[in-house]
Amino acid sequence: MQQNWKRVRKNYMLYLFLIPALAYIIVFCYVPLYGIQIAFKNFAPAKGIWESSWAGFTHFTTFFQSYRFWSLLKNTLTLSLYSLVAGFPIPIVLAIILNSSTLKRASKFAQTATYAPHFISTVVMVGMLLLFLSPTNGVFNRLLGMIGVEPIFFMGEETAFKHVYVWSGIWQSTGWDSIIYIAVLASVSPELHEAAVIDGASKFKRILHIDIPALLPTAIILLVMRMGRIMNVGFEKVLLMQNDINLNAAEVISTYTYKVGLVNAQYSYSTAIGLFNNVINFTLLIIVNKLARKVSGTGLW
Amino acid sequence: MDATVKIRASASDRVFDIVNNAILILIILICVYPLYFVVIASISDPDAVNTGAVLFLPRGGNGKLLNFEGYMRVFQDYRIWRGYGNTLFYTACGTLLGVVSTVLAGYSLSRSDLAGRGFITGMFVFTMYFSGGLIPTYLVIKNLNLTNTPWVMILYGSVSVYNIIIAKSFFQNSLSEELQDAAFIDGCGNGKYFAFIVVPLSKAIIAVLTLYYAVGHWNTYFNALIYLNDEKLYPLQLILRDILIASQMVVSNVTDMESIGEAQRIAASLKYAVIIVSTLPVLVMYPFLQRYFVKGVMIGAVKG
Repeated sequence: MQQNWKRVRKNYMLYLFLIPALAYIIVFCYVPLYGIQIAFKNFAPAKGIWESSWAGFTHFTTFFQSYRFWSLLKNTLTLSLYSLVAGFPIPIVLAIILNSSTLKRASKFAQTATYAPHFISTVVMVGMLLLFLSPTNGVFNRLLGMIGVEPIFFMGEETAFKHVYVWSGIWQSTGWDSIIYIAVLASVSPELHEAAVIDGASKFKRILHIDIPALLPTAIILLVMRMGRIMNVGFEKVLLMQNDINLNAAEVISTYTYKVGLVNAQYSYSTAIGLFNNVINFTLLIIVNKLARKVSGTGLW
Repeated sequence: MDATVKIRASASDRVFDIVNNAILILIILICVYPLYFVVIASISDPDAVNTGAVLFLPRGGNGKLLNFEGYMRVFQDYRIWRGYGNTLFYTACGTLLGVVSTVLAGYSLSRSDLAGRGFITGMFVFTMYFSGGLIPTYLVIKNLNLTNTPWVMILYGSVSVYNIIIAKSFFQNSLSEELQDAAFIDGCGNGKYFAFIVVPLSKAIIAVLTLYYAVGHWNTYFNALIYLNDEKLYPLQLILRDILIASQMVVSNVTDMESIGEAQRIAASLKYAVIIVSTLPVLVMYPFLQRYFVKGVMIGAVKG
């Protein structure tokens, strides 16, 4: 104990260094945790958080019983699982393609080109989607027209919403997400490949037996991290992509909490929905991490 | 026997190469074409854009090579300029604040002789996976009287725990214990050691953090949407949202002679011009910062 205290005194400067960042997370992350209790109360702004009366689990049961619940849950899971299933392997494939390409210059250029969309803001991204996918003069529909496909009103079709959301996301993030895999592949010892060539392994075989096993540990960690956010769909993007026609397919839990809470000012109800979302995320993260540890020995902690 | 095996193997490799390179070129096209199209559409005649005449090359219309009508409109809109100014201000202040607090905290947490290090790190990491949610956070910011002030844009979102972890692993991997011991024997305290030895050795991480924070501040719209009501304070992205997504008309010195139809005619190419103007700073920075991307992602990948 005394020894610890000595260490604190000797390194008092290091604690001073922590103050700004700690102050930030205390004010913007930990103080709000105190406010979570309004999920179990009937929050009235005039009374404040503490004085408002308790409501128990009413807000949760209201939510679970509301006709919206299943459609919100379905939309949320559809978007996030679809993003995961389609979006998770593609960066790995891209890294392998880039790594094994014989066109070295094109491969360098491809890296620059594929990272670029990552820096486009959500607003501009959705703006581009609206422009490109317009059924009257969108360039995407024009290109489809060249191969004989009738114009499709992508932003107005409920069934199209998830595809537009997921594939535009893949377009935007694949390059960036592949950086880490490219780096892992670059660190694979060339001797392994040389030995395999001598043993007569084809390029494809070498990818299968050298590259993919090298990528696996990284992929698992990233997968666990993604699972912990499974209920967090790209809320800012979904909100911008919504319109009156596609709303049935486009309303997800997080956009709904925003509308209920800040647009309609039902603070307690919205907090309850948000908390439900959060708890599921957190539980999933713990379960998946445990599984990953058991199966492969790698995990987040 | 050996020879035939080799030939067969290299034949399959050749097929592999052809397919692989074809996919590579296809990927480049898919990535580049939409960006390229935005550029050519922004410098083309609005009518040519609307009728679909612009596909691979810009068309100025009326025998001209290029057409800057869209840009002229953008430059006339004071909201865009005000938003630009606001965003520059928020980005500069927010990034400075974020980088300073992140480097300080990251360094502190990287020191193995920091008592309570595990607990404090845990406190930070926990916030990455569990948060109060939208409304409780909103209430806190409201009670602090930050709503509808520039402060909320600068302070809220200024520190990212993920970036602190990146900084922490950078310091753990790039500073040796020997260096620290030597400096301390020579009479350096923690403060001096940090200011004169650690910071000069940390240019790479400072560049990466600046990039991450600056792009984050530049691109965010949601905080402005919920915490600001005064249009004078709006950042660029919120103005863009009105123009690009809500399809609001651009304010300009439109004379009475000009009809709404005329404004609509130009609407599309104006949108492309707005996209270019608003993304320009990032595009200009991009080539210079590119070498830091990989570094940043790699440092971040090392487990904290």
